[in-house]
Order: sequence, then C-alpha cells, then structure tokens
Amino acid sequence: MSMRLKTGGRLLDRTQRLGFTFNGRRMQGYRGDTLASALLGAGQVLVGRSFKYHRPRGLVGSGVEEPNGLVGLGEGARFTPNRRATTTELFDGLVARSQNHWPSLERDLGVVNDALARFFPAGFYYKTFMAPRMGWEKLFEPVVRRAAGLGKVPGARDPDRYEHFHVHVDVLVIGGGVAGLAAARSAAATGAEVLVLEQTPHWGGRAPVDGGKIDGLDPETWVTNAVEELEKAENVTLHRRMAGVGVYDHGYVLGLERLGDHRPESEGPRQRLWRIRARQVVVATGALERPLAFAGNDLPGVMLASAMRDYVVNWAVSPGERVVVVTNNDDAYRTALALRRAGIDVPAVVDARAVVSSPLAEEARAAGIRVEVGRAIARVHGRGRVSGVDICAMAGTGAAVEEVACDAVAMSGGWSPVVHLWSHCGGKLVWDEQAALFRPDPKRPPTGADGAAFVRMGGAASGALGLAEALADAHAVGRAAGRAAGGRAHRRAAPKAAAEREQPIEPVWVMPAAAGPAVRAKMWLDFQNDVKVSDVELAAREGYESVEHTKRYTTLGMATDQGKLSNINGLAVLSEALDQPIPATGTTTFRPPYTPVTFGAIAGEAAGDLFQPLRRTPIQDWHEQNGADFEPVGQWRRPYCYRRLGESRAQAVAREVTNTRERVGLLDASTLGKLLVKGPDAGRFLDMLYTDAISTLPVGRCRYGLMCNENGFLMDDGVVARLSEDSFLCHTTTGGAEHVHAHMEEWLQTEWWDWKAYVANLTEQFAQVAVVGPRARAVLERLGGDIDLSKEALPFMHWRAGRLGGFDVRIFRISFSGELSYEVAVRASQGRALWEALLGAGADEGIMAYGTEALHVMRAEKGFIMIGDETDGTVTPQDLGLGWAISKKKADYLGKRAQARKALCDPERWRLVGLETLDGSVLPEGAYVVGAGGNEYGQRYTYGRVTSTYHSPTLGRGIAMALVARGPERMGEIVDVATLDEKREVIKACIVSPVFYDPEGEKQNV
Amino acid sequence: MLLLECPYCGVMADETELAPGGEAHVARRGPEASEEEFEAYLFERKNPRGVHFERWRHVMGCGKWFHAARDTVTLEVFATYPAQMQAPPEEVLAAIRSKRPGWEGWP
Repeated sequence: MSMRLKTGGRLLDRTQRLGFTFNGRRMQGYRGDTLASALLGAGQVLVGRSFKYHRPRGLVGSGVEEPNGLVGLGEGARFTPNRRATTTELFDGLVARSQNHWPSLERDLGVVNDALARFFPAGFYYKTFMAPRMGWEKLFEPVVRRAAGLGKVPGARDPDRYEHFHVHVDVLVIGGGVAGLAAARSAAATGAEVLVLEQTPHWGGRAPVDGGKIDGLDPETWVTNAVEELEKAENVTLHRRMAGVGVYDHGYVLGLERLGDHRPESEGPRQRLWRIRARQVVVATGALERPLAFAGNDLPGVMLASAMRDYVVNWAVSPGERVVVVTNNDDAYRTALALRRAGIDVPAVVDARAVVSSPLAEEARAAGIRVEVGRAIARVHGRGRVSGVDICAMAGTGAAVEEVACDAVAMSGGWSPVVHLWSHCGGKLVWDEQAALFRPDPKRPPTGADGAAFVRMGGAASGALGLAEALADAHAVGRAAGRAAGGRAHRRAAPKAAAEREQPIEPVWVMPAAAGPAVRAKMWLDFQNDVKVSDVELAAREGYESVEHTKRYTTLGMATDQGKLSNINGLAVLSEALDQPIPATGTTTFRPPYTPVTFGAIAGEAAGDLFQPLRRTPIQDWHEQNGADFEPVGQWRRPYCYRRLGESRAQAVAREVTNTRERVGLLDASTLGKLLVKGPDAGRFLDMLYTDAISTLPVGRCRYGLMCNENGFLMDDGVVARLSEDSFLCHTTTGGAEHVHAHMEEWLQTEWWDWKAYVANLTEQFAQVAVVGPRARAVLERLGGDIDLSKEALPFMHWRAGRLGGFDVRIFRISFSGELSYEVAVRASQGRALWEALLGAGADEGIMAYGTEALHVMRAEKGFIMIGDETDGTVTPQDLGLGWAISKKKADYLGKRAQARKALCDPERWRLVGLETLDGSVLPEGAYVVGAGGNEYGQRYTYGRVTSTYHSPTLGRGIAMALVARGPERMGEIVDVATLDEKREVIKACIVSPVFYDPEGEKQNV
Repeated sequence: MLLLECPYCGVMADETELAPGGEAHVARRGPEASEEEFEAYLFERKNPRGVHFERWRHVMGCGKWFHAARDTVTLEVFATYPAQMQAPPEEVLAAIRSKRPGWEGWP
C-alpha cells in the first residue's frame, strides 16, 4: 500500500490541503503535489491500463518519462486526454480520469486481451493484413479500431487562449538543474544574453534529492543562491514551467510554457509557445533512469529507483511499506538509503554485480540493509500489485533461491543521458562501453549556418553522471557557448563538488541472464505499448534487423514514450538477438517534440476569426444586407446567390439567370485579379506568358488570354486590355491573382531580368461591376457621361475610359455570360456608390444582382471553361478546344515546347465536349464516363469525366461539360455516365457541342 | 528552420518569410529542345548530399528571388547572391572550395 509519510516532503506545503477527484472518487493532497504524488499519497497505486493487453498499471516514473500515468484531465470543453500525472501540478478541484479501460479501471473487460496475448504478437497489426479479407473485415478491423489511439478526443471547442512569443537570444540554456544553472552562470559571465528554461516548477533538478555538497553547501542552498544571482543579472532571463521541446535548423528552438494549466481560473492564455532563435543552445536536460527487464516488472508497485527516491524526498509518499531494490549500478543504493531514512523497510538490495564494494553499498550495509550480490529477480509475485519477489542467481536461468515478501520494487538499470534535443537537429551519438550509455559525440554536433556547432550538451546530458564532473562540464560548456555567441572570456571558477568513487555499472538487459522464452514473454520493455523482450526477439527472428523497422513492427518506444524509457533496453535486446554490438544497432531517430505539445499551443492566436484573413470587396456590406448566401472563393467570400423570402437556393439562381438573360443583371466582379504590366518590354513579356499574341493588341482593345506553365498545362485565364503603348491590364481568376502575380515576378526576375517591365497587383485598388443582359446598354446610358456606348463606338472586346454618371470609369465590353455585357471599373472607394447608382439607374429596366452560381450556369450554357472546373493542372488548352487562342506565329511562349511532347499530343487524350442526358436530368458532379468491362479489382473502365454540371434554367434541362477520350470526334454518340451510388446504375448521355446557348454569339455582339 | 540573408534587402530572413524554388541555375529550354533535353529541363533535378545551389524568394519581405549556396547535410550556408546570373559567381565558388576542399566543383 502506498501512503503519505508523517513528515518530510521538501516540495509540500502541508498547510494547504487540495481536494481532487480520480475516476469520481474524492481524494486529498497538498499544495506542491503532482497528481501522481497525490494519488500515491491517497493510496491509489493502480493508475491505468496498458494499451494492448489492458494490464493493470501503476506509476513507474516521477516526471516526463512516466509511461503509465496518463489521465484525461478536466471536464467538458476543457477535457484534455493523455496528461501525465507526474507532470501535472495538483490544484484544488482537479478532475482526472484513467484511460484504456471499460467499464472501470478495476474491472476492465479488455483484460481478455492479456489472456489472449499469444495471439497478439509483435507486428499483430501488420499480420492481420495477410489474413483472408473476411477475417480483416469481421474480426481484426473492429478490434484494431476500438484499440486505436490513446485517450479520448475532447467533445467541444477549446475555450482557452494560446499565444506565440518570438525571441532572439545569444545563449539558450535548456534545463534548470544544477548543470543548467552552472552553465547559465558561466555563459552570463561572458556578457551574453542568456535565457534559461526549466520544464518543472522547481529549480535544481535531481540534485536536492540525490544529495552531495556543492561549494560546501547542500545542493538546495546552492540552487537558491545561484537562482538569486541569475535573477539579479540584467543579461539573464529565467522561466520555469517551460520545456524546450524541439531544436531545429539554425538555432531555432520551440519552448512550451505552461501558464494556466496549474491554475485553471486564472486570466490570460493557458499556454505560450516560444519561438526562439538562439546563437548557441546549451542542453542540460540530465539523464533518465532505465528500467530492468525481469519477469513481472510491469506490476503496479514496480518503479524506477530514482522515481521512488523523488516521491519519498520531494512529496513524502512511499510507494510501499516493504521495498526490494534491484540494480546493476551504485545509484539505486541512494534510494535504499533514502527509504531507510524515511523509516521504510528495505528487506534487500538485489545487485546483479558479482562483487560490490563501493562507498554507497558500504553505507547501505552499515545501515543494516542486506545486499545480495550476483543476484537477480526471477519473477515478481502478485495479482494487480506486487506481493513479493523470487530472487535467483544472475548468471542462471532463474531458479529461485529465495522468496522475499514486499509490496514495492525499486529498479535501476542505469542511466541514459537525455540526448533528444541534441539529436533533433542532427547531432550524433557515441556508445560509451564503460558507462553503458549513448552520449552525444561533441565531434559531430548539430551545425548552424556558419558550419559551426550551435548545440552543446552539459552535465549529465553529456554523459557526466557524477555531480562533480557534471558541474565542471556544464561550467565549461556554458563559457564556450557564451564565447561562441560573441561573449568575452572570463576566469570565473566552476562550482565544485567532491568527486565520488562509484563502482562501474554492469550492463544488464535481461534478468537473469539465461532466462528462458516463457520468462522473456513476461519481461516488459515498453510499458505503455506492451512490448516485451520476447516481442523484440520475435521481430529479430522475423528479419527486422533495422532498429527503425523493429520499432514500428513492435511499437517499441512509440506514442508518448518517444524513446525515453524503453529505447536503450529495447535496442540492447535487439542487438543481443542479432548477436551484434549495440553501436551496430544504433538508436531510432529522436524527433521533436520531446514532450507533448497541444494543438492549441501550435495554433496560437490563429484560431476562429483570426485563423485566416477574410478579404472583402467594397460592395461586401451591400451583399450582406441584401440576403447574399456566401461561398468561399480563395480568401474572399462571394455571394453565391441572393435569396428572397421563401426561395430555395436553386430558385434564386434560376431567377437570377433568367432575369439576366431577359433583362439585366449586376455582378460584383471586384475579386477578379487585376495585374498591371508596364514598361517598354511589357508586350514582349506578355507574349511569353500568354499563349496568344498580346504585343499585337491595339490600344483600346481586349483579348482573351490563356496562361500555361512550362509543363504545357493551363493555369489561368482572363481578359487582357491594352491601356497604352507600354501598359497592359491583365485580368486573372479570383483565386489566381496572387499566384499569377508571383508567376510573372518569377519569370521577370529569374529568366528575363534584363527586360524592362514591371508588374503591380491592383486587384484591391479597383471595384469592378459587370452589367449584363440585353438592357445593359440602356442602364449605362441612363447614368449619362461622355462615353459613346454604341455598338459602333464601343464594340465587343474593346474598352474606353471616361465619365459615367459622376464616376471616372473604365468600361470593358467583355462577356462571360454570352449576353451584351459591360464591366465597369472604378476606384475601390467608389465601388459601393457605383453599385448603388447602377441599381438606381436600372430599376425601371428590371435590374437585379446575381451571384456566382448564376455566373457559372450562364458561362456553362455558353461553353466557357472555368479554371479549376475544366482544368486540374493536367489539362492543356488544346484539350479544351482553345486552339484558337494559341498563336501559331509566335516562336515561343511558356508551355509551347511541352505542348509538343508526345503525351500531350496523344489523340486519345480526354477532350472537352458537352453532355446532354437523354432524360434531361442533371448529371452528378465528378461522375465518370464508363465503358464496358473493368479491371481485376472490379473497377469499371473509364474514359471521361464530368467537369461541370448544372440545371440550365434557360434550356429547362440538365447540361454538362466533360472531358472524354477523343470526345470532339464522337459527336452524337451515346455514352454511359456512372452514378456514384451503390447500385452502380448508369445514366445515358449524348455527346454534344459544349456551347448550348447562342452558338453564333449574336447576343453578346449587339 | 533555416535563416537566410536576403542579398537585396539585407534582412536575415526566417524560412517562414521565404518560399523555396528548387535547384538554381537550371537553364530554360524552349521549342528548339529535343525531347530528351526538354525532359531534363522539366524534371531532372540534382539532389546532392552536400553542396547545393538553390532558389529562394523573399516572399514575405521584399519579394525578390535570390540564390543560396548551402550544404544540405550540415545546413551550412556558404553564400546568398542575386538570382540574375546563369552560374554561381567566382567568389561564391571560392568560398565553397575553401570550406569543402574535396568538393567536385560547379556544375
């Protein structure tokens, strides 16, 4: 039984009791507790279930390495899954729920997976794909789907705020333990600007728990003094509760600061993501203890020795009343001594080493603790929690020599430096045979823009595990970082600690050494993902020799573990199975983030209305006030139609089309791109960008232009007007303005940089209104002005500038509807006034605004293509029957050579036609034209697809445009168009011309 | 996230301010090109482990295209220089050679 001790707990404030609930049960803890220490203090050993076998799980660690203590925190919209109990500060009213079980933590039906464990071997998920299809659909998929994912997704929108900070510093120190503080002091002494991050709420890291003396002081006092000194320094900034989660190219580092997680009622953002650019990064992230692999090491009550020491010293909780310590190194003796000092029974320290004579072991012996050398744990007894251990010889197969009753086990397999941040950006590791650990290789560091190292590791993170060497190392590294960041030399002395004589570790990857297969199937390597020694060995036998493959095949070190606890043990077991040295196996890749980052923090302020800027035309207010149904077009919102009372969208669109065709309609065309190209070489430049000749266009005239990329595919279209001898106004599609502008800039800057031309994007400088329909001229004439609008003075595809009513305008006689049509452009500030003036002038003519859907229907009735409907980046102008808009005389234009390539000249290419259903119905969008037969997968042979399909109010029937193999050669042929429903029915349609309405163009030419 | 100095405006620009444009100094091929030549121009790109010449645009800044000479493994930036040239300038090549003595050279 875990319990709170009567005295002690250096982080606790026993005067402040805090109430919280776990799975609905009320519990109490103290200010200073983590959720994990409070649970242990309240006697709650069982904290969750494992992912695959749903085995009962207790806490293993005390910090970010914890694999089991993942809980759902909070309620309602603030619910967050997979929060680590060990890094969650307790607050009054905290609500936590355990995960991975149904119906309850204590009685979980999923535990049946455990009984069936031999049917869920390594690679279970992949092996299911080799099973017959029936087995996958009926058996495996439901099982895999139910088991997939840790935790539950919150059900409502996150009400909290998040923000991003951007900072530049000379030296960033990640880690506020004694090494980080020593490095920060040393870096600050060079005069460099220093920022120090500590992921927990406390400075000093492990040192106050582990003991020793620094500069003659106990570590806690030394830490207090060091922090005080750093706080006073003007060139140092300190942040607690802020983790360095990722190191990226050229000194870019992400820091995640928790502001409101531990005080949910507070004002301000919940978390802050710091985007840091550092000249130098010092990583002093310490080391993590490794578990030992022995049978039953996953039972609740088996814990890392260092974590147990933390719980006793920091929070005055003991995970048990009788604790057996098992180790292969000296450090675990500190736990035995700490437990004994707290009055907890330690029946034995089981040490795998054959001879143990270090000062720490002698101290334990002197304290009356029995030390069993050359011994191992054969198995842990207990159902749901530890009740005892069998002790055996380390060298043997596991024959028990003694059973020791206990209710907790402290294990230590040695320490691994936290090299994650070093490795994120390419730092390499070297295997230290003596210390049995991967340490950063200073000769192969992450390098910055100047080719020099920008990350330096200090203290235990660099492999300097002892206090004295860690401090000396961190001090030197801090000074080197400060100097490399431009600071000056200093002679300040490093903090000193007495060197401790420790006996070397003896690497133990499996305990006992000659354990048989049945026992190895009970030794857990990864507690969270249920990966055992036997799974890694099976993967090796099945040919997974690369550690990266084994990781994915067995799920070792995946999910929130990310190689913290399981990595080294797993690859050591793999190395043994492959009979190769550990460095030959290597590690998996460490990728950011080191600890989880919430989506909220990543999004920062870019959520809700601030997610994306919305662009508004000068006439937007009018649309909103007059019943517009909007649709997104790029970053704009354009009126789809204007619904009147009682009208459906379809009815509104039909009314707008009919009114425009019969009387006159008004369209806000302000969103169309307007690029001004000016200069002596503007015509020559546009000749290269458009397929047709632009330079021959007379001033005052307009021409329809097609723009292709170098692959020969159509990318944009629009009307080009020649404004003067050296300037052209190029209209683009609404969504294309920015990238067409970028396309022009690219060619102008990088290919024809000596041509004298300039491009300006004037899209938002002008409002543009299309006045469309047989009465359009009459409406404009009612406004008056000095422009002769007659057919003779302003024919189709001409433009004029002048006065219209009280406005300075350009009038372009262009049409996207097939009707008589004028597009009137004014300064943006005049847009709304012009719109209102046109509505007023047209009132007696029956003028009515129309939206984008009416525009689409009318253009489809005329067979005009729409970029993005008829094109998808693989369609050429020739495919669309637009050969008339391609100059035959020009020697070159972008896309010309590509359009001569064999594949683009293939007569079998799908080309534009119209489709008319025999029954007049509307074809489904995206439907395929299908032929007889199909392939081996039962998919029908397709030889065309519908690109645009509408009900035409003008013709009273469905019309469609389609790309069909050899289409234009097949006029009159009846084809099958597949519906998308299950019945696989086909609709009969006739191939016709894509121009359904006024094929002679008489209506636009009046 | 890379930091590159825009040779036009002098700003040390974050990668988020920049748009990548692939390999630099690819000569455009027009209608005179053979199928093979044109295919190479369209699709064949170097992907070296080491020294590489790249196109970047300072899209969230001055809008200018420029070139960067960079090591794709160590991320060392040898130089950034204007895009208005067919080949890297001699001083850029010299800077690379001094830092990568074994480099096979341009092109």
